[in-house]
Amino acid sequence: MKKRNIYLLIFILILFGFALWSIVPINTKLLGPNGLTLGLDLRGGSQLLYKADLSKKDPSVTDSQAMSSVIEKIQRRVNQYGTTEPVIQKQGTDQILVQLPGVKDIREAISLIGKTALLDFREQKLDENGSPVLDDKGNWVFEDESAKAAGRDGKERELTGEYLNHARMDMDPYEGPVVVIEWDSEGGYLFEKITERNLHKPLAIFLDNEEISAPVVQSIIRAGTAGQIEGHFTIEEAENLAIQLNSGALDVPLTISGQENVDPSLGADSIQKSKQAAIIGIILLLLFMIVYYRLPGLIACISLGIYGTFLLAIFSAFPITLTLSGIAGAILSLGMAVDANVLIFERMKEELRTGRTLGATVEAGFDRAWTAIRDSNITTFIACAVLIWLGTSATFHASMVSGFAVTLFIGVALSMFTAIVITRTFLRLIVSSRLITNAAAYGVRT
Amino acid sequence: MIDFVGKKRWFFLISAIAIIVAIISLAVFKLQPGIDFAGGTSTTINLTPKVERSESPQLQAQLRQEMTEFGHPEAIIQFQRKTSDFFVRMKFMSPEEVNELEDRLEGVFHRDVEISVPLEMSPTIAAKTAHNAGIAVGIAAIATLLYIAWAFRRMTKPFRWGTCAIIALIHDVLIVIGIFSILGKVANVEVDAMFITGLLAVVGYSINNTVVVFDRIRENMSKGISPDFAVTVNSSLIETLQRSLNTSLTTLCVILALFLFGGATIHHFILVLLIGLLAGTYSSLFIAGPLLVVWEKGEWRQLFSWLPFVRKPV
Repeated sequence: MKKRNIYLLIFILILFGFALWSIVPINTKLLGPNGLTLGLDLRGGSQLLYKADLSKKDPSVTDSQAMSSVIEKIQRRVNQYGTTEPVIQKQGTDQILVQLPGVKDIREAISLIGKTALLDFREQKLDENGSPVLDDKGNWVFEDESAKAAGRDGKERELTGEYLNHARMDMDPYEGPVVVIEWDSEGGYLFEKITERNLHKPLAIFLDNEEISAPVVQSIIRAGTAGQIEGHFTIEEAENLAIQLNSGALDVPLTISGQENVDPSLGADSIQKSKQAAIIGIILLLLFMIVYYRLPGLIACISLGIYGTFLLAIFSAFPITLTLSGIAGAILSLGMAVDANVLIFERMKEELRTGRTLGATVEAGFDRAWTAIRDSNITTFIACAVLIWLGTSATFHASMVSGFAVTLFIGVALSMFTAIVITRTFLRLIVSSRLITNAAAYGVRT
Repeated sequence: MIDFVGKKRWFFLISAIAIIVAIISLAVFKLQPGIDFAGGTSTTINLTPKVERSESPQLQAQLRQEMTEFGHPEAIIQFQRKTSDFFVRMKFMSPEEVNELEDRLEGVFHRDVEISVPLEMSPTIAAKTAHNAGIAVGIAAIATLLYIAWAFRRMTKPFRWGTCAIIALIHDVLIVIGIFSILGKVANVEVDAMFITGLLAVVGYSINNTVVVFDRIRENMSKGISPDFAVTVNSSLIETLQRSLNTSLTTLCVILALFLFGGATIHHFILVLLIGLLAGTYSSLFIAGPLLVVWEKGEWRQLFSWLPFVRKPV
């Protein structure tokens, strides 16, 4: 029993050392210590300003309709890109302001957001004799118009990204990263007709009026089967193209008109003050625990310190982009970690008053408090799981909801570990070492 | 031994009044939407000589102070590192106000101040997102109810426990929203994205607290400490009182420190947590448990017997 506790203590200390190392950047070149990733509200980020060319819009819609449609599509792109709580808003009549936290490759982000992503197919241009037209370099030349076919209702339709059901990146054994596209039923029908007509001929794939590849149609692609876009992409390019195709082509072309680095939206001054306030609050909390619960309180403070270190280490390892909503989840989980300790100590006091030995008290305290900790934490887990699931789902997207739930979930899981493993190991070791046996040290008057 | 359960009518009365006031205030005053929801205007403020990176936090604090006194406490101010401008998003501001603000800031900063023509800004958070967050919480609450019913399956009517926990939760959320509705009317306090986050935390806190109290009732039920359910609930409340107060006090330490000494931009967010903490502690002790007793004893009618249209119990 005692040996096991010593092994556990060593295990905890090794974990703690590792966690501490991972959040305190000693040498940033080594793996690991990259610190915390903070969101737009806490650290700031990149601000992009786009200008929309409203003269190119579909005349049947109003300017503001075209703008809201573009903004909605940009939102989808940014969300799929995995950005935490971005700011996307219309400014004036034709500008779109996008603020993104800590983007690794800003040029990639600019093109991901601003590219129109109009996908279409073009057939080979033929001369009067029916033989392919070639340019001066001997390459095939394609028609200027999108490939058309008669739809299910007999009307001629251009096959564009509009008929796309879903696009995703895939690895092709010969081509490397490609984008696999699934058409909706009308798109599949059009694609079947077009591939049938162009069997054994090249069919060019155009994105924003630029040819990205021109594979030769090997077989008729029947409706219901997936197509594939090849273009010597890198993995990132293929992923971003899939995101753009899924979000739909932008209604009007955008040009980037400004790029800035902005400070946190909560204000550097305000964040500084809040940090100090949080430190004061935590010191008060720790003092309260020590004054009220004495020795167990002190142990709780140590295990809460370890808890905080672990929590930050997990946040920086994933990494999780922390925003105010994430911090709120973390604060709540800190409250629950304290609560778990309070529950255990209150139980221990009750047991001590009945005159049990210290060793029996520690065990009974943990056993009795366990059902309360278990049920309240599982309830929180379930609620968090629902919030994460809904918060990240494409139709529902609310990243502040999922941001809150993710940190709360991690924090509560960790708080269970802190109370049940760390605090208990410490208490067992102290009690079995018989260093401190005075009941007053455990907060009970004898 | 203090008889909490015996005084349940008083607790219910206090909560009922608070909730009715909250609902009326919500219906009449609604909530004041902040610029996250309602949109506003954006502008850049340029100072000459230009702002150095090192002095930007201090100048920003001063600028926020001035904006607040100028009637724009909601302004989101971000320093732009390349152009050394302050990018400001706020509620609608007219060109006359811009001129007035320019003069005012020149007096404060003793520098040339140039404010660009304000541009209209759309909301950053669609009403749909707030709506979605509400639905997500609703579904999470149902899942929670089901789990509590399962965790208390050995009790005779497990669904009652889940339902009472959810009632306590709705109680807490309504009180927070109600107070913000009143504050919106009397002090122009607006709700923003942070408000939603704060409500999520209130929900989490409320459920956690209630489950801990229920756990003790469950334990005392299985120990069979009293044939009378009211007595069982009452002693459980007293036994957990110390824990409830201590947990609330420790959380209060952190929240109160943030409320008193924290930055202005999170002031309202912390206020949500503060009200939620107080309401959550109250409801877990004086609402959730006593409600179980009322339900168990079938005292609903008795509870409403003061209403003229309810038949008096015989």
